[in-house]
Amino acid sequence: MTKEFLSGNEAFAYGVKLSKPHVISAYPITPQTTVVEKLATLVERGELKADFIHVESEHSALSAAIGASAVGARTFTATSSQGLLYMAECLPYAAGGRFPIVMMNANRSTALPWNIYGDQRDSLTLLDSGWIQSYAKDAQEALDLALMSFYIAEEKRVATPVMVNLDGFTLTHTYEAVEVPSDEQAEGFLPDYETDNKLSLEEPKNMAFTAGPDTNTEFKYKEHLGVLAAGDVITECERRFEQFFKRQYTGLIEEYRTGDAEYIVVTLGTLYKSVCECVDKLRAQGQKVGCLRLRYLRPFPHVQLTAALKGAKAAGVLEKDISFGNEGTVYTNVCSSLQHQGLSLPCSNYIAGLGGRDVPLSDIEEIFGDLKKEQSGIRFVGLEE
Amino acid sequence: MIKDVNEKDFTSLGNIPFAPSYQHTLVSVNSGFRTEKPVCDRDKCNGCFLCYLYCPDGVISKDGESVNIDYDYCKGCGICQKICRKNAIHMEKER
Ligand code: SF4
Ligand code: SF4
Repeated sequence: MTKEFLSGNEAFAYGVKLSKPHVISAYPITPQTTVVEKLATLVERGELKADFIHVESEHSALSAAIGASAVGARTFTATSSQGLLYMAECLPYAAGGRFPIVMMNANRSTALPWNIYGDQRDSLTLLDSGWIQSYAKDAQEALDLALMSFYIAEEKRVATPVMVNLDGFTLTHTYEAVEVPSDEQAEGFLPDYETDNKLSLEEPKNMAFTAGPDTNTEFKYKEHLGVLAAGDVITECERRFEQFFKRQYTGLIEEYRTGDAEYIVVTLGTLYKSVCECVDKLRAQGQKVGCLRLRYLRPFPHVQLTAALKGAKAAGVLEKDISFGNEGTVYTNVCSSLQHQGLSLPCSNYIAGLGGRDVPLSDIEEIFGDLKKEQSGIRFVGLEE
Repeated sequence: MIKDVNEKDFTSLGNIPFAPSYQHTLVSVNSGFRTEKPVCDRDKCNGCFLCYLYCPDGVISKDGESVNIDYDYCKGCGICQKICRKNAIHMEKER
């Protein structure tokens, strides 16, 4: 193990390197570029023995990854924003085909107006594509999620692709000290990828076929079960991860000072750290506040979320996303979850950080202030009026 | 209900494969939309098997020195007729 000063993208690239993929296929797009640049360099130097496929578009990047995965290869791709949307046609092919591809997505705003900075509308638009979705809070977690995602995706009960999201620039391009495990340390963490879902000359199969009305529901139900099974597999994987690398993770959610909290902000990605800082400040003033981070949006942490919010007087969902004409997509998911888990509390939606706008501490303090009104509603934070 | 060529029963969830990948065929007969069907004249056919290679749906099988076409799954695209150098395949209107 070494300690290195890395950006989120570089850290992720090291996580991929330790996972020893056979095939990497990717097309560059800001702010994802440096992750594939780093991997291309590692392949070029012979430090990573993988086939790097230079494709002409994101659509081809994922198509190539699907083809490679279908012969039993461990495959990686990465993209961002419009690239992810261009790739969108292939996402359900990978998920429905049960190909355990791992993809890093650098969360970035979608057009128009054109913007290269971070928000989460790209990945949230594709929440229903059948992929597992996780959101990293820092570069260390980015590296660790790269490793864990291959384990989760390839586990037979899951057999589902994983999209790991890193906030564009605020995580992909900021540097921090990251513990990078050695190859020896990572040895054996990932079992070899084995599947029956494989094109092979020895056992020819009919792959990726049509299923009409008479069996389609059953295939889709099995796909749903695969994503749900990730809930348990993530826990198992994190236990194994701790044994190998001595770092702990907390499953589908992470909590900060929520135990006795009356007002809790639910968020995802790097915003978590800002909210935690605000929580410390307000706690010092005697306010009972806390923060909860959704580490995974698929599978959705219904039980964990409700358990964490049970004692609160009100909750707020802070997200960098808006589903036009409705509300933030994370908020929709949280509210629906609380409803069917039978927890009734005021829950507000705070839309912030669109197109890379900074979310300063003062805004988060205002959000906590607003929560005390204990009313539900949808608000754009820091809107110029 | 759906049946595969080996008569495996797909009427229960447990029998549905976890992924759309399977050793045999798992589709319903789907030739209903064909307007023309290819017919092979075995006297003209020289057994070059080009049609066998080119059929996009893999419904042409080798049969000794000639070929058989599975009309349950042939979609009538006519590629086999186009590719045949011996003009052994012609398309017939479906009635
Ligand atoms: S391409 Fe024509 S000649 Fe060759 S096998 Fe087919 S029908 Fe016969
Ligand atoms: S018509 Fe098309 S589908 Fe039918 S046998 Fe010929 S090539 Fe195959």
